Amino acid sequence: MTRKTIATVWLDGCSGCHMSFLDIDHRLLDIADMIELVYSPLVDRKDFPESVDITLIEGSVSNQADLDKIRHIRAHTRTLISLGDCAVTGNVPALRNTIGAEPVLQRAYMEPDMLNPQIPTIGVPPLLPVVRAVHTVVRVDVFIPGCPPSADTIFNALSDLLNDRQPSVAGKTRFGA
Amino acid sequence: MSRVATLKINGQDVSGREDETILEVARENGIPIPTLCQIEGLSNVGACRLCLVEVTGISKLLPACTTRVAEGMEVRTESDRLTHYRRMAVEMLFAEGNHICSVCVSNGHCELQGMAVALGIDHIHLPYLAPRRGVDASHERFTFDANRCILCTRCVRVCDEIEGAHTWDVMGRGVGSVVITDLNERWGDSPTCTSCGKCVQTCPTGALFIKGSAVGEMTKRNTFLTYIAQMRGNLK
Amino acid sequence: MNPEELHSLAEERREALDQFQHRVVVCTGTACQAAQSQKIIEALDGVVKERGINGRCAVSAGGCRGLCSAGPMVAVEPTDVLYQGVTPDDAASIIDSLESEPVKALTCDTSAPFFTRQKRVVLEYEGRLNPESIDDYIAAGGFSTFVRVLTEMTSSDVIEQIRQSGLGGRGGAGYSTALKWSTVAKALGTAKYVICNGDEGDPGAFMDRSVMEDYPFKVLEGMMIAAFAVGAQEGFVYVRAEYPLAVKRLKQAIRQAEKYSLLGNNICGTSFSLKLDVRLGAGAFVCGEETALIASIEGKRGSPRPRPPYPAESGLWGCPTLINNVETYANVVPILREGAEWFAGIGTERSKGTKVFALSGAIVNTGLIEVPMGITLREIIYDIGGGIPDGKRFKAVQTGGPSGGCIPEQYLDMPVDYQSLAQVGSIMGSGGMIVMDESSCMVDVAKFFMEFCMTESCGKCIPCRVGTAQMYRLLDKISQGRARLQDLEVLEELCDMVKHTSLCGLGQAAPNPILSTLRYFREEYLAHIVDHVCPAGVCKIAHEEIAL
Repeated sequence: MTRKTIATVWLDGCSGCHMSFLDIDHRLLDIADMIELVYSPLVDRKDFPESVDITLIEGSVSNQADLDKIRHIRAHTRTLISLGDCAVTGNVPALRNTIGAEPVLQRAYMEPDMLNPQIPTIGVPPLLPVVRAVHTVVRVDVFIPGCPPSADTIFNALSDLLNDRQPSVAGKTRFGA
Repeated sequence: MSRVATLKINGQDVSGREDETILEVARENGIPIPTLCQIEGLSNVGACRLCLVEVTGISKLLPACTTRVAEGMEVRTESDRLTHYRRMAVEMLFAEGNHICSVCVSNGHCELQGMAVALGIDHIHLPYLAPRRGVDASHERFTFDANRCILCTRCVRVCDEIEGAHTWDVMGRGVGSVVITDLNERWGDSPTCTSCGKCVQTCPTGALFIKGSAVGEMTKRNTFLTYIAQMRGNLK
Repeated sequence: MNPEELHSLAEERREALDQFQHRVVVCTGTACQAAQSQKIIEALDGVVKERGINGRCAVSAGGCRGLCSAGPMVAVEPTDVLYQGVTPDDAASIIDSLESEPVKALTCDTSAPFFTRQKRVVLEYEGRLNPESIDDYIAAGGFSTFVRVLTEMTSSDVIEQIRQSGLGGRGGAGYSTALKWSTVAKALGTAKYVICNGDEGDPGAFMDRSVMEDYPFKVLEGMMIAAFAVGAQEGFVYVRAEYPLAVKRLKQAIRQAEKYSLLGNNICGTSFSLKLDVRLGAGAFVCGEETALIASIEGKRGSPRPRPPYPAESGLWGCPTLINNVETYANVVPILREGAEWFAGIGTERSKGTKVFALSGAIVNTGLIEVPMGITLREIIYDIGGGIPDGKRFKAVQTGGPSGGCIPEQYLDMPVDYQSLAQVGSIMGSGGMIVMDESSCMVDVAKFFMEFCMTESCGKCIPCRVGTAQMYRLLDKISQGRARLQDLEVLEELCDMVKHTSLCGLGQAAPNPILSTLRYFREEYLAHIVDHVCPAGVCKIAHEEIAL
């Protein structure tokens, strides 16, 4: 049996979904010989592989780098999963959508009493004017809402995919869970 | 005196008085119909459109909360079409306001959130409108966060019909509609508000909550409405 | 006032009018007033006095002649000469030519199809009457029908006549007027109301405004007959506050009718009493919906409520209420005067009578017309309307306002009636007719109407409140060339959902402009989405990278 390649990606999120993923705990061992984790904040590889079977996305699309990354990943992924509320709805990062990116930067970098107030531009990607849920930018195959989705939910969805079943999270998780 | 009618709901034979609504008869018989604006004990306004049902011989979908039963009626409360419309209506609410469940006082106890689960909504495919709405925290005990308001008008009705204060009402048109206290004045300055908290307890979301509640801590208790409804039922 | 008194008053007034050899009637409708017709009356008056002929020549205010684009209009009677584009400076030449040939340069050709192809029932007086004088109306036979109905007919006689005439509601849906009347007549309750819906709010529609401004007495008489037929003792004319002239004239008309005891207690010595009043709308389009209108009269927020119960059973303050459109009431007097058979002889098998349309947009003769049902769109647009100006090509005609649809060229020979219009995805509506030429972009047109519905949605039900905003956003995205094909799918999904789940007619019909333009001009949508061009060159296409 060939192992399915798996990637996890961290866009604009708190990493809580990755923590929940790790909370799958010893059950990870059950599926360990079915998967190969090829790209993730948890592994060292820097560039996204040519072709990945399943990619889990945590976080919303908030800046130009997120946007470039997700478009590239979509093109090289068979099954794309929006993992967690930030990826599914925009969630907390999207709180700024009602006021725009600029006031947020002003508030964070210019208004506090600092020695040399400036909005960083070098080495950091510019913020997009609107924080977007992943599916509003690229096609998404599976949605797992939750903040974060429980380890059980993630494990079940993953098991379904590994066994070529369409995962169903209905009733098992919710926005904000 | 109302006459009694027998009818079918989802193929099941049921009976009801002709002054009862489809929703009332369905619930008596354990047949669930989703609702958001409706709450037992207050008048029905037919606004959320979740309780729309199909009735044989009528081409339009009818709101179960305001449609009275009739002899020989054949009602269907579930179909792919109805589920599709109900999902869209709930998605519309999520897209309309700023519903960030993870940071909401009502997380886990919210009727909107629960409705999304019940209808199997796992993402919102309509564009988010991300309106800029305010929060009124001027009242000493309660807060109104318009971002979480779904305009069900339960607060308006409970304040008018039960408390008799009519502090709440609706202002504006279309997506610009918003519930207001008095003539769009600060809640804390309201001379009409009795601070009874009925609006807070009937609000289906975290739009109205008790100050000091943290995420997920705001549970609503609206059994007083059930009591009132029962008392009214006894009078019938 | 009894029938004899009315008769002698009419005689007296006719004699008084006949004393004048010439009567110069100046249109004082809103369009002509905006073009200074009041100044023209003053100038004409001045010249008449100067010439010392005020004993032979009367100058008076009149109603709309229909050809608003050629206003101000001035008519000379009894010779029936019609002048167009008159200015106060023309007063002298008009007066001086009364005894001789009309002023050539100002003469409007009344043998043109614009005039000859129309059939006037609602607008039967063609603007000849002074809308502010009950005497003028009575002299022309006004209120004699009401008095006859009151003294010689029963409620069921009247309803039977209306039934035989086949009159359908002119508010847009064409619901049988007789059925509505008989439902209210049969409804239990001692207090009943009649309401006249004058909350015309469609963009490009001004039929009801004109009828209320020019024939306030005729509208009232129709309401009075209706009140008698259904057994109502009180009624309201609900007019939008944006129609100050109509409000003024209706109020005046009610006062004058009260003075003549045509309104009040025990009218004509019968047991019938009726009190009428005017109520103003505060500018919400949705108040044209009957349950919202009733809420507004009750002093509540103008929001619709689910029907049933229909107003006929439970309307104003919970009482049985008859609510008809202005034009419907204006048809009542001619029907009862000329007979139901006469009326039923006009129009088509299933749509009887005439319809008043407000012609506007890319058309030579902008104005108000009345045509028999069943006339083709081509006759209206090319014969009566004079065709498309500036040598441009016809593209579509929009009927029914924000609840209606756009009809393309292939249906120009279709008869105009309730059924045919519905078949091609539009509606009769209240009578707005906006003609569009090749320079119109259909996506832009749909966006315009959707913006209207979005801002006019009352906000009560979710599909209309949120759905119209969602549809507007998507149309805006499409018009900017920034949409993807999935957006079109979502748009169509929204159309279906909003249409079938909205609480009232506003929401249920809001998707119509999109649905009809998608049906006939889908390639224009695709041009915006796939090729990023606006074929008509109307929309501003965003060329930069899609702004997220």
